[in-house]
Amino acid sequence: MDFLYDDEQDALREATRGLVGKAYSDYENRRQAVKDDPGFDEQQWARMAEMGLLGLPFSEEDGGVGAGPVEIGIVCQELGRVIAPEPYLTSVVLAGGLVSAVGTAEQRQEVLGALSAGESVLAFAHDEPGRGWTAGAEKVTAAQDGDAWTLTGVKEPVPHGARADVLVVSAALPGGGTGLFLVEGATAERTGYPTYDGTRAAKVSFDGTAATPLGGPGVDVTASISTVQDITRVMAANQALGAMQFLLPTTTEYLRNRKQFGVPLSTFQALTFRAADMYVSLELTHSMVDWATMVVAKGDPVEVADAARRVSLQVSTAGRHVGQEAIQLHGGIAMTMEYSVGMVMAHLTALDHLLGDGGHHLRELAGAVTTYEALDPLA
Amino acid sequence: MQLALSDEERAFRDEMREFFTTKVDEDIRRTVAEGRELTKDQIVEAQRTLNAAGLAVPRWPVEWGGQDWTEIQFHIWHEEMERACVPTPLAFNAGMIGPVIAQFGTEEQKKEFLPKTANLDIFWSQGFSEPDAGSDLAGLRTTAVRDGDDWVVNGQKTWTTLGQYGDWIFTLVRTDPDAKKQAGISMLLIDMTSEGLEVRPIQLIDGGHEVNEVWFDNVRVPGENLVGELNGGWGIAKFLLGNERVGVAPSGITKRVIARIKGLAEDRFADDPLLRARIAQLENELLALELTTMRVAANSLDGKPHPASSVLKLKGSELQQAVSELVLDLAGPAGLGSGAGDDSDLTEWERAAGPIYLNLRKASIYGGSNEVQRQIISRNILGL
Ligand SMILES: Cc1cc2nc3c(=O)[nH]c(=O)nc-3n(C[C@H](O)[C@H](O)[C@H](O)COP(=O)(O)OP(=O)(O)OC[C@H]3O[C@@H](n4cnc5c(N)ncnc54)[C@H](O)[C@@H]3O)c2cc1C
Repeated sequence: MDFLYDDEQDALREATRGLVGKAYSDYENRRQAVKDDPGFDEQQWARMAEMGLLGLPFSEEDGGVGAGPVEIGIVCQELGRVIAPEPYLTSVVLAGGLVSAVGTAEQRQEVLGALSAGESVLAFAHDEPGRGWTAGAEKVTAAQDGDAWTLTGVKEPVPHGARADVLVVSAALPGGGTGLFLVEGATAERTGYPTYDGTRAAKVSFDGTAATPLGGPGVDVTASISTVQDITRVMAANQALGAMQFLLPTTTEYLRNRKQFGVPLSTFQALTFRAADMYVSLELTHSMVDWATMVVAKGDPVEVADAARRVSLQVSTAGRHVGQEAIQLHGGIAMTMEYSVGMVMAHLTALDHLLGDGGHHLRELAGAVTTYEALDPLA
Repeated sequence: MQLALSDEERAFRDEMREFFTTKVDEDIRRTVAEGRELTKDQIVEAQRTLNAAGLAVPRWPVEWGGQDWTEIQFHIWHEEMERACVPTPLAFNAGMIGPVIAQFGTEEQKKEFLPKTANLDIFWSQGFSEPDAGSDLAGLRTTAVRDGDDWVVNGQKTWTTLGQYGDWIFTLVRTDPDAKKQAGISMLLIDMTSEGLEVRPIQLIDGGHEVNEVWFDNVRVPGENLVGELNGGWGIAKFLLGNERVGVAPSGITKRVIARIKGLAEDRFADDPLLRARIAQLENELLALELTTMRVAANSLDGKPHPASSVLKLKGSELQQAVSELVLDLAGPAGLGSGAGDDSDLTEWERAAGPIYLNLRKASIYGGSNEVQRQIISRNILGL
């Protein structure tokens, strides 16, 4: 058992930090990048492709790098530290992960090859108005006519749905269950808008829109969607960890430098104790994130599902704690768009609600408490 | 990054598990499992069993009975001990005065005290706190004045845990009344059968007798019982308290309490979503704590404690308390049967729940209160 990174992993972290830090360690750059559509920097996306980050999770035959969850986690942490707006989590980890999990060899090579090369942005069109955090689809339906398939219904909000070149769409199958489909982005009716953390989402409507089944036609892939969502939850937790690792030192530095009543704020124990509690939340979360990432590396989907719930619950609770306290301890300055802290908190909040918040996961865990005696993370 | 134990670590774990579950007295382990109080004899017997196998004081220097283990092995040893409901070696001996004598003591002191301390032939008490010196320990006032070859000690210690069993007490005393607070303090080892030394019980809110006052009225202590330098006691105390703090959180014990209560009281929460959620939440927080303990152990390769170890005491005590609160809530009105005898129709865990809950309020007060822990984190780690 160990919680240490090897030299290559350290090098990956350093390289990623170099790349995203150069772009966004000055928060003003992030603010500028999200001002106009598509809500991120296309050139930065291309640089990420060049460095091999976009192909990290995918096999070499599919045009990727074939790296493991620990490496992807490292990248997500670094993106989280600067809240880089590029859609790594939703496009590469989630949508790309689905193509990798259920696509045919040909589809994987084509779609993931283009994604890895930075030539194409993917989005997963899954949530439906009134429904969320599920593995199945209900309101968007698929219809089959011979070999041809069409989709009808509305997906919203779809992260980066308006910019995506290719949409991976979930739909209720005629024979029951949920299938996945590839749709050319331009063929759907799309209305994009900014989200509260500065990135983008869209309403995407289908009206008998032509679609290609991802993988075998008409196959229920709910279980695969669920597993890829679980992996994405763990990677979102890595990203949230990075964001929290930014918030704590930013807050403590502010407490040391900001003076009121003629003294630095750090002379007030009412504030330093709260910073200490933020540290406690952060360290506990760090351990849980490392663990969940290692469970993903082990690869058993049942264990991954459990770890995803557990880490999501921890991250949700800690993210709210650390985010809310970071703002409060800064005072008014953190309420402004010009200052990083408020927007980092907003991003944590968005991550929390992407694939299920703490309450959602706690409900699942509470349902299962009688099915085991005690948790053994090394079992 | 590697989640699984290595083959050697697994073999070590199996060896520990085998030992703790087969070689330590069943009755003692059941007493621990059921959360009942151990007698002095049980505490002593358990430690002697461990000591005979070299498992009582593994963190001591090897020449005095320690083990040349990795941090992970120490961690496994501790986990398996708690898992098997084996009483952990007496902290005053194994975790406090033993390491102090090994580090600061003379050769004679080491030879005289360390083997007996490891084997619990001497039951040590900790005489640090005084009525006016708690968190601000350096405010202590008990004095030791030189008289010929001896020290003459006067004053009062308090909160002395299990002082009623104590054979010897390690104390901090003021040896230079004129020096600045921390500078005039020394450490003295005092035989508790000495004339003029009196132990008086304090009853705690659970009704039990676990702590005491210890009074010193012209107690004569041989000069050679000074540990380390004259007036060097504060440095020794800091060394001792540092060890105490990084001493792992009792996450294993707390986890076992939840597991046990899930088995005993399933009918109470099976259909209650709120209680189920509380259990799930606590289990998750305990998991985070346990993983942090492992991460701290796994990352302390150079022997220096990982900064996150300060989290362990703080969170560990909070969870211990929260779980005791949950157990009492599960007991409900039956918890009021705390004074009932064996003819009671209430179960033993129900009757014990109230006193345990009350007793565990101590966990965030002693060993450096949780406020003191926050102070340490904000000053030493966050630089505030
Ligand atoms: C059951 C039990 C067993 C014990 N066993 C032993 C023993 O065997 N040997 C021994 O020597 N001692 C023992 N102690 C004593 C223990 O170490 C002290 O209780 C502890 O140091 C706190 O001191 P105090 O109780 O005087 O509280 P105080 O120090 O008076 O503190 C009162 C409150 O103020 C807070 N506070 C204090 N200073 C600060 C600060 N600077 N900033 C913010 N908040 C602060 C504290 O956290 C606490 O909440 C035991 C205590 C208990 C309850």
